[in-house]
Amino acid sequence: MTFNLKTTLAALAAGTMLAGPALADGHAKLSGELRIMSDMSNPAPRAAMEGLAAEFGAMHPDLNIELEIVDREAWKTQIRNALTANAPDVINWYAANRMGPYVSAGLFEDISDMYEDGSLPGLDAVKGAMTLDGKQWGVPYTYYQWGIYYREDMFKDLGLVEPVTFDDELANCQKIVDSGKKCYAIGTKFLWTAGGWFDYMNMRTNGFDFHMELARGEVAWTDDRVKETFANWRKIIDMGGYIDDHQSYSWQEALKFMTDGDAASYLIGNFAVPHLREAGLDDTQIDFYQFPTIADVPQGEDAPTDTFHIPANASNKDNARAFLQFVTSADVQTKLNGGDALGQLPVNAASSVDADEFLEQGFEMLSNNAKGGVAQFFDRDFPAEMASMGMEGLQEFMVFPDNLDDILVRLEEARGRIYK
Amino acid sequence: MTSLATDTNTPHQKGWYRRNEIKLTPWLFLLPGILFFSVYVIVPIFQSFWISFHEWDGLGEKVFVGFDNYERLASDRKFEVSFWNNLKWLFMYLLAIPAGLFIALLLNQKVWGIRLYKSMFFFPFVLSQVVVGLVFSWFYLPREGLLNAVLVMVGMEPVNVLGHPDTATYGIIAAGLWPQTAYCMILYLTGLNAVDPEQVEAARLDGAKGLKMLWYVILPQLRPATFIAFVVTIIGALRSFDLISVMTNGGPFGSTRVLSFFMFEESLSEFGFRMGYGAAIAVVLFMLMLCFIGYFLWSMYQEEKGAH
Repeated sequence: MTFNLKTTLAALAAGTMLAGPALADGHAKLSGELRIMSDMSNPAPRAAMEGLAAEFGAMHPDLNIELEIVDREAWKTQIRNALTANAPDVINWYAANRMGPYVSAGLFEDISDMYEDGSLPGLDAVKGAMTLDGKQWGVPYTYYQWGIYYREDMFKDLGLVEPVTFDDELANCQKIVDSGKKCYAIGTKFLWTAGGWFDYMNMRTNGFDFHMELARGEVAWTDDRVKETFANWRKIIDMGGYIDDHQSYSWQEALKFMTDGDAASYLIGNFAVPHLREAGLDDTQIDFYQFPTIADVPQGEDAPTDTFHIPANASNKDNARAFLQFVTSADVQTKLNGGDALGQLPVNAASSVDADEFLEQGFEMLSNNAKGGVAQFFDRDFPAEMASMGMEGLQEFMVFPDNLDDILVRLEEARGRIYK
Repeated sequence: MTSLATDTNTPHQKGWYRRNEIKLTPWLFLLPGILFFSVYVIVPIFQSFWISFHEWDGLGEKVFVGFDNYERLASDRKFEVSFWNNLKWLFMYLLAIPAGLFIALLLNQKVWGIRLYKSMFFFPFVLSQVVVGLVFSWFYLPREGLLNAVLVMVGMEPVNVLGHPDTATYGIIAAGLWPQTAYCMILYLTGLNAVDPEQVEAARLDGAKGLKMLWYVILPQLRPATFIAFVVTIIGALRSFDLISVMTNGGPFGSTRVLSFFMFEESLSEFGFRMGYGAAIAVVLFMLMLCFIGYFLWSMYQEEKGAH
């Protein structure tokens, strides 16, 4: 009871002190409470998040910040409880369709006004990923590119160069296979890595817009264009491009094939780089290239975005808004995404990218060479049930490509039920 | 003074509770148990039935859909696969009973250090299922696993047990049999302690030996142990979840799902929260279990009756 009274008082105090757009200043002293629940539980992100909270606390000495970090995997199901019972003021989640269930249940706070009144400068480029039903529901804090990470030294030994077109890619792969190695490491035990391959195959074969139509359920899975995507994909499977038994490995376990030199490359997100470096590869041995082009369509890229939101049931929303503003400000973004913190890309256009071979290439690619559009990822763009059935089908296709027709019929059946 | 007053009063007019004490007391003792059992078991069962007639994401409004979820189950291939896998589990898991009996017979002798052997055989049952699952999944690993190292050594092709939809379920069941056999062994070892030596002696005088002795003299006396082993094995098979979750996570492409895992995936996993559909699966699983549990209760009742 006393606790409730205290929080209400604190909320009142905060409310009177910082009504609405006065926040734009960002340096007005806050007081009261701010409860943050974060899913940044891996060591480096955890330190970054703790640093972020400490810095915000130092700016507002009267503000009592309570930071709780929960396991990243567990958070994916815990968020439901957190949003309904005794909701914190700020939480982590993911952009795009992943917000859907909470937006439609009215559990996320609409913060469109912050985008409109100019309190979030520099976020125009990423606004789209935060928009559902024409409103914005949170702010991004980091994102990262996907692409092909490869063993530069192995490419050199075989006299290969970074491919630009899919034909180059296949020619390269043939040479790698002939040398007794595999072209691609991949671990599909937890399915989603196969989603990355499908995203790229489909975006390159049919274009970004088609891919999004498929994600929104507007195109049939049995459509000939989808089949063409799989036909292209099958070329790599049939030539033995992937490591054997990938269905038994997690993506981390499959990294070993690349670090041991049994596989030359890996289509994965930038989060794999620290692991490759830890395994003893230096930057002369690994490099990055954009997924090659297949058809003549503008390139779409996967760049999953992680986000902060304010639960609709939060009690200190003004403090929370100030925190979102702080997190997305240019300087904080530069620092938060630096190589010694998250090691990813900043979301603010005015931030600078850390001097890192991969971050620079990724930033360049996403800024200048993703004309088609930026997708979130298979399991974030497709509705949850479609994504889980889809990824299962993709894994089956990668192991038994002959089952394709059956898989597509099954997915089409699911599409008819899921999108209403 | 007061004590005197009560003393004189009580023999004449007993309170209502005093009069019914003998009848009421057992219920009073049972009350906490009944209360918690109904709140945490009985009521949720009926809630599950109720939810299974709805479409519900756990957050928004429940939409009544009648038997839609059950109709969808009937044509859902995932359900079919899970159901057959459950049956595989049920039958294959029963192998733990003869295996446990065999080991118990082997270990039921007075040799120096037999206690050590017994405890070593019992050891897998002490391990958590998660550990068993991890150990076996390493054992099965396609390149580095011990199983394939042995296969390659004797000149056979390596196999990816957990990576192939035809073998994955059997691979997990084999892992489950390891601790379950130990459990059955312990049940039989205690059962063998209670075997009447005089009957064995008498049978021996009549010339019974080996298998005949086992079948006609030992096994009938082990009936209670067999019954319990049967019950725990069936229930264990229907509850199989942790091994699947640890070893294959339902994969490859859903071929190792069982009903309990399917239910979890549909209602509580990362891409789940289809509560109505999950509840419908739970109801089917409940009915399946009810058949077995009903049978066990019935046969226990028969036995009780026979004993009187």
